[in-house]
Amino acid sequence: MSITVLRPGMLTTLQDRGRQGYQKYGVLVSGAMDEEALRLGNIIIGNEQGEAALEITMMGPVLKFTEDALISLTGADLEPRVDGNAVPMWRPIVLKSGSVLRFGRPVRGSRTYVCLSGGYDVPLVMGSKSTYLRAAMGGYQGRALAADDVLEAGRMSDCGRAIMESLKRRGNFITSPWYVQPAYELEQGADGPIRLTPGLQYRYFTEESCQKLVHEGFAITVHADRMGYRMKGSKLELTAPLEMISEAAVKGTVQVPADGNAIILMADRQSTAGYPKIGQVVLADMGRLAQSKPGEVIHFSMITPAQAEVLYIEREEYIDQIALSIQCRYE
Amino acid sequence: MVTYTITPLGEAALFVSFGHVISPHIHRYVRILSEYLDRHRFVGFKECILSYTAVTVIYDPFFVKRNIGLDKTAAEIVEDMLRQAVENMDKKPLAPADIVEIPVCYGGEYGPDLEYVASYHDMTTTEVVKIHSNTEYLVYMIGFCPGFPYMGGLDERIATPRRKSPRLSIPARSVGIAGEQTGVYPLATPGGWQIIGRAAVELFTPVRDTPSLLKAGDKIHFIPIDIDTYKEIRGDSV
Repeated sequence: MSITVLRPGMLTTLQDRGRQGYQKYGVLVSGAMDEEALRLGNIIIGNEQGEAALEITMMGPVLKFTEDALISLTGADLEPRVDGNAVPMWRPIVLKSGSVLRFGRPVRGSRTYVCLSGGYDVPLVMGSKSTYLRAAMGGYQGRALAADDVLEAGRMSDCGRAIMESLKRRGNFITSPWYVQPAYELEQGADGPIRLTPGLQYRYFTEESCQKLVHEGFAITVHADRMGYRMKGSKLELTAPLEMISEAAVKGTVQVPADGNAIILMADRQSTAGYPKIGQVVLADMGRLAQSKPGEVIHFSMITPAQAEVLYIEREEYIDQIALSIQCRYE
Repeated sequence: MVTYTITPLGEAALFVSFGHVISPHIHRYVRILSEYLDRHRFVGFKECILSYTAVTVIYDPFFVKRNIGLDKTAAEIVEDMLRQAVENMDKKPLAPADIVEIPVCYGGEYGPDLEYVASYHDMTTTEVVKIHSNTEYLVYMIGFCPGFPYMGGLDERIATPRRKSPRLSIPARSVGIAGEQTGVYPLATPGGWQIIGRAAVELFTPVRDTPSLLKAGDKIHFIPIDIDTYKEIRGDSV
């Protein structure tokens, strides 16, 4: 099975859950911006959660499938269509050989994951298939997809084959009657504020800045990519200049350079940073942030690390349960 | 007695800090703790990020809780383990740092700012090279970009401010000075460092299991080489 890229889209790269264990060598983690969408997408087609998928951004590619394939589409709704027909998201889909998958305009969110049962057959670099463009590393030849690229599929799991067979048997050739609920719709207030915990230098910011952080909106600027989101809003200020020496930064770190505009660190962040950190986006909200677009206004709220931990564990339990129920149903 | 603080960095990382100044003494603890954790991994441990004065321990709260349960939060469980680690680690001897020799071709087209650095300090270029290459540098951490060493030990006599206008691209392996720091760029990148030479060896090779030539705790010696030796080492890749 292979996929031919007819048109590459705006930015289409292979991403998995990133490179773990190499940050001490300065190697960025990278990986899917919306990790939950990636994981759920893989689970529902019988893949390991951490298998790589195509992360497509705003304007999708045109992909031709040479043989019957089991795929899923999760994350942003970019109007996916197969041979002219709209296809549903968050479900397994069997595509007939020769099918062409294309995308329309961004209806909701900004990043869609095209998961392929069996995964994409590219070499692992430091244990990961994630693409890191600046070092031309990982993924498909270290770069974003281009026209005429051909992606080979890996071997499908027994569970993947069972899912594919069940869809064919139902005569429901294109998709399943069931779907999974995106993790960011789990709680009420999915459109609520992006939650933060206090950053390492939170207490060095003025009382006024800490208040503004949670009471005012901050717009995502056009300088928002896989590395980080530059925000615009009220200036966030320190009570006194702070002598900083570089220290670690992690996913969701909100740092504030001298100009007072926050930067949120995303998947392709550096492992170290030298600006004061006012907050940390809770990991349960990172997927929702990854789906936000330049121009959108983000509201923040502050919770404790212990509350954030509860949200994190609930999210993991939800994903775990889905993985288990798919396994029970098809194995 | 080691003094340290442990602070949460979000819900999946704890920041263990041994102080606030850049010094080999404090950095020793950073290395000892990270090496201790490498040997004594706990369930849910993901990785460490080393910096000048701190070790940031990244973990998965779900796995920590699932395996240990208790009424405590995952953060409390990991914090307890880290406190134990700090108490225990103190007695362990520190593995000797590797001494890494990096051949550097100073000046000429590879070191376009060497003349400026020399004139800034009223020295000859030979003196600058001599001072730069006669110093032993300590690698405090690797960060900023893959394989980039943050080093300490630059001789004050050749400390030089950054260029007023940064270059759009500095070639990979360039050796530079910025204020009281010196460093080597593993990848081509924009930057305002004063470039005084170019290393003949790669600092970052993604295909290797240890992708970075250097690691925190290494000591570095720069060995001056002439252009012919540089070309000989680089072979066809010049």
